[in-house]
Amino acid sequence: MTAQATLLSVNGTARAVTAPGETRLTSVLRDALGLTGTKVGCDAGDCGACTVLLDGVQVCACLVPLAQAEGRSVTTVEGLAATAMGAALQRAFLHHGAAQCGICTPGMLMAATELLAANPRPTEAEAMASLGGVLCRCTGYRKILEAVLAAHGFLEDGRPPIMPAAGCAVGSRMPRADGLAKVTGADRFGADAAPAGSLWLRAVRSPYPRARFAFGDWAPLLARHPGLIRVLTAADIPGRNGFGIYPDIKDQPVFCEREARYRGDCLCALVSDRATLDAIRFDELPITWEVLEPVTLDGAPGGEALHARWPDNVLTTGRVVSGDAEAALSASVHVAAIGIETSFVEHAYIEPEAGWARRIGQRVEVFACTQAPYMDLEEVAGVLGIPQAAVRIIPSACGGGFGGKLDVSIQPMLAVAAWLLDRPVRAVLPRSESMVSSTKRHPARITARAGCDATGRLTGFAFEGLYDTGAYASWGPTVAGRVPVHAMGPYRVPAVASRARAILTSNPPSGAFRGFGVPQAAIAQEALWDRLADSVGLDRLEFRALNALRAGDTTATGQVLEHSVGLVACLDALRPRWQALRAEAAAANARGGVRRHGVGIACMWYGIGNTGMSNPSTMRVTLGPDGLVFHNGAVDIGQGSTTVLLQIAADALGLPAGGFRLVLGDTDLTADAGKTSASRQTFVSGRAAAAAGKALRDAVLLRANAGPEAKLAWDGSELLVDGRPLALEAPLEGIGRFDPPTVPLDANGQGIPYATYGFAAQVAALSVDMELGTVHLRRIVAAHDVGRAINPTLVEGQIHGGIAQGIGLALMEEYLPGRTENLHDYLIPTVGDVPEIECILVEEREPLGPFGAKGIGEPALVPTAPAIFSAIRDATGATIMRIPALPHRVLDAIGR
Amino acid sequence: MTAYRRPTSLQEALALLAEAPRPPLLLAGGTDVYPARAAGEAWMQPSDRPLLDLSALPELAGIEERADHHRIGALVTWAALRDAALPCWFDALRQAAAQVGGAQVQNRGTLVGNLCNASPAADGVPALLALDAEVELAGRRGTRRLALRDFILGNRQTGRAPDEIATAVIVPKATPGARARFEKLGARAYLVISIVMVAVVVEATDGRIARARVAIGACSPVAQRLPALEAALTGLPVEAAAAIPQPEHLAPLSPIDDVRATAGYRRHTALVLLRRALSAPAEARAA
Ligand SMILES: Cc1cc2nc3c(=O)[nH]c(=O)nc-3n(C[C@@H](O)[C@@H](O)[C@H](O)COP(=O)(O)OP(=O)(O)OC[C@H]3O[C@@H](n4cnc5c(N)ncnc54)[C@H](O)[C@@H]3O)c2cc1C
Ligand code: FES
Ligand code: FES
Repeated sequence: MTAQATLLSVNGTARAVTAPGETRLTSVLRDALGLTGTKVGCDAGDCGACTVLLDGVQVCACLVPLAQAEGRSVTTVEGLAATAMGAALQRAFLHHGAAQCGICTPGMLMAATELLAANPRPTEAEAMASLGGVLCRCTGYRKILEAVLAAHGFLEDGRPPIMPAAGCAVGSRMPRADGLAKVTGADRFGADAAPAGSLWLRAVRSPYPRARFAFGDWAPLLARHPGLIRVLTAADIPGRNGFGIYPDIKDQPVFCEREARYRGDCLCALVSDRATLDAIRFDELPITWEVLEPVTLDGAPGGEALHARWPDNVLTTGRVVSGDAEAALSASVHVAAIGIETSFVEHAYIEPEAGWARRIGQRVEVFACTQAPYMDLEEVAGVLGIPQAAVRIIPSACGGGFGGKLDVSIQPMLAVAAWLLDRPVRAVLPRSESMVSSTKRHPARITARAGCDATGRLTGFAFEGLYDTGAYASWGPTVAGRVPVHAMGPYRVPAVASRARAILTSNPPSGAFRGFGVPQAAIAQEALWDRLADSVGLDRLEFRALNALRAGDTTATGQVLEHSVGLVACLDALRPRWQALRAEAAAANARGGVRRHGVGIACMWYGIGNTGMSNPSTMRVTLGPDGLVFHNGAVDIGQGSTTVLLQIAADALGLPAGGFRLVLGDTDLTADAGKTSASRQTFVSGRAAAAAGKALRDAVLLRANAGPEAKLAWDGSELLVDGRPLALEAPLEGIGRFDPPTVPLDANGQGIPYATYGFAAQVAALSVDMELGTVHLRRIVAAHDVGRAINPTLVEGQIHGGIAQGIGLALMEEYLPGRTENLHDYLIPTVGDVPEIECILVEEREPLGPFGAKGIGEPALVPTAPAIFSAIRDATGATIMRIPALPHRVLDAIGR
Repeated sequence: MTAYRRPTSLQEALALLAEAPRPPLLLAGGTDVYPARAAGEAWMQPSDRPLLDLSALPELAGIEERADHHRIGALVTWAALRDAALPCWFDALRQAAAQVGGAQVQNRGTLVGNLCNASPAADGVPALLALDAEVELAGRRGTRRLALRDFILGNRQTGRAPDEIATAVIVPKATPGARARFEKLGARAYLVISIVMVAVVVEATDGRIARARVAIGACSPVAQRLPALEAALTGLPVEAAAAIPQPEHLAPLSPIDDVRATAGYRRHTALVLLRRALSAPAEARAA
């Protein structure tokens, strides 16, 4: 049966598409019509990224067969600007910072458009009902709701957003510099582009958590599928068949040799045209299996070794010891203890891993979504066995990362395929494959004890954390190193003994996930403070304020915190809200009913940048024939570094941020800015950007022979110094580099692990249905010391998004290999699950930071789950020990 | 290539179905069919089953009121149900419709597809069981009706013969003033599969319950009516209903432990939700 052309109208234009009738409308739009603004996050109706309007009604394009769109009208994000309300909504999204990574944005815009067409001034509840089917992992939804509710106000104003004047960028709510492409659907994510004629690559993965395997004869498969061009196995790797975060731990194979160590481990890859790949069945592959007993956290320590290199399965142990914690605890007037267990948490970025690679002579180029282009470059070079200079990484727009796109995924295998076949090769992971193969947040088993004196001053703290690091090292050592430093939280504790161990198992590799193990530890730590406060008879906020770190204090690692310790200021800001919310809760409880109301609080600190290790960044600003150019190698994964670093560089140089051309990420065109993780880009790359801007300013002033107060102006082609044009014979450049000063930790964890810390406290108000165990969040108030808010809108966006992930961690997210491997069964918060959030920005300037700024990416998430558990305890008296607090677990805890 | 057909009359569809060399998969809104395909594709298990698309069959469209029943055509979506002006005994079904998935799924997914998919957690089933609904099936030999409880045989199993198409749901009328309620429990606000759901339809005369119909979903392979509870409710004053449900009334249920909850929790919450659903509107959950 040959397919006939199907006629439909797309964005008002008649289109004829020749494809089988059952073809998903997503594929029609993206592949046949080139309208890649419609995104694919799951192909299963679960994420809503593919939302389009079909005759004005929102639908998931991934669930609509082409034939059912016949004769109908389809509107996609590309057609949005044609209507007044569509254009207004796009402006509202930009103004309110409603797009972060932007991968959910087209779907959000289309869902909202259905609503606004019928009802230009909806209520928040109506907006929620309309957006309920689109997941966003970045924004926490609040700014999206704001934008939708405000869209009608942008109808009149057709002008582009106002940009800050020279010297006024820092501190302004400048819209994202990369925002326009996100609201128009023009941004290019990993799956949105590939060289013409690209082949497709499909990884073959182990369905067993632990098994030995052998390949048989591939000839029959190749004969049955003549389009199948190549099967790549470990034997085909030209260089080192291993990758990993640490230079000395390249333990994860690109393709397994004989043994698969987790469900999702990659055995080999098939390369061909798309149709051939889609037709190949797993059971046709010549693989024989010997299934082995998986090793879990229960049996791993001291059990059968999973890697010869770590005979006891202990990957790393991190510890911090100061004073005699045991002695301090036994001498304490009040002592509290707790044991908790957390689950694997999936990053659930809405963009699955995707990209392409091609060989150009003796070089290779890889275009993919990533948080760490230079680390990808090193891995690709290592796997191909070629010099690093022969590799170019071009980061795509990154549809969310949260730590999950720090490790390479498809990059090495794409590079191997392109290198060997000398043809461009692309890949897009299906949602479930992304979930089974990628890293997770470490599940942790934590026991902790703390003591205080009769007045509530902390005396000692002991912490033991067992972190399931899964099949390969990934970021396990980083987690085990960071946790003991942070485990006691931002408090003065004279005696500390904290230890975290990363244990190898047959589970998915646990890696980096917003907070590197600290969020799990904070849950235990903050529960202890509530108990001690109650024992002493102190208000829970006051107990924390009493013990909070202050400038001049010495931490458990022996570091003296000289500046920018804003926790007390955060607590001071929260105090009136805390008291008011507690009064409201008490009044609600006095009225009775099945719901009990409670208010909780938690604090956090977070070291910015790598733990006791160099992590430099280099930025460059040039002025020459191609204009004023900011070469920025920091990848913006939605958090806003492209904008923030531009604001910093612009003010350091003294020109308006709107005048710069941006060159981003590409390793051939930008210097190494280090990875986008550890909340470091604002602080570390920000300092480098400030230095680069300043260096160019100095060069300009020198050339113009002008004094330091000279005013610069840029008209797009010419630079004016105090009104006089500057003649340039050669381009000028400013290069800035910064590496935060740290001192490595010794065997007892003594040293200066971080140059600066973010501080925060959050209050959560909620109610618990005492019969069902369901938790209803009412409000979260978040006070964060960010040093300086370079862009308050972006900072709030990070706080909202971090809180939403904290809510997921606390209440619903549990990745179970083989069971919750899609976004249907693995639940992340929807628009209805994030309550109203109030952000309070505390700005205790950090002298080392650019314009006083620190970081916010991870700090936003850390206190949320502990604050929620604190509130559940306040409402019900129950302590949650098994996390997430699914309704049946809450009810269980209440019953105990 | 997958064979795909989209006939434009029921007769043509039935002929295609009868003559197909391999039984095709019937397709309506696709909100179960496509996700199942994606799940297979992720593990290299592509489906090559032919598809017979029912979406262009006029005989399956629309909601119709007849003398003693309503006929809900097999292409009627959740959104159409949610927004339809229907008598009060449909309230539970319409509440279910408003809580299925998100707006996109409601706009595309059909009620009949939900029944035919026969998931233990199908939100459409309890409300229809409580209405004593029947499924209308068309085959080349004619049309028959099967009570819903006889139609859904087990997890993903129905009484539809391979050459039949489900054309509609038939919902007998209840007495005016009947009160119908649906309670769904899930672990998040939208896009959530039920942990437990409860539907009740209570008909009363002079303040006393003349007939109570109660069904529970996600607590057994097929949603169940609770006959003992229904009997216990009959004749009682309406206000007394909420206090009646007891653990022994749940005998027909056989809940399991899964990723969403434990069996014990399901039993417990089934009772809680039943009591809430049976309570008078004024006592509805305090905020
Ligand atoms: C994101 C998401 C969220 C969801 N949330 C919920 C939820 O909260 N509650 C819930 O109950 N369900 C939920 N579902 C599933 C729900 O959408 C489906 O059960 C829907 O109602 C099925 O209707 P459909 O028209 O899409 O069926 P299809 O996918 O087209 O078909 C479903 C099944 O029924 C068969 N079938 C369809 N029509 C007929 C017919 N006329 N005759 C015979 N067989 C037929 C098909 O062969 C197939 O086996 C969700 C789905 C998604 C994707
Ligand atoms: S891609 Fe369609 S809903 Fe996720
Ligand atoms: S902005 Fe919504 S997923 Fe990234």
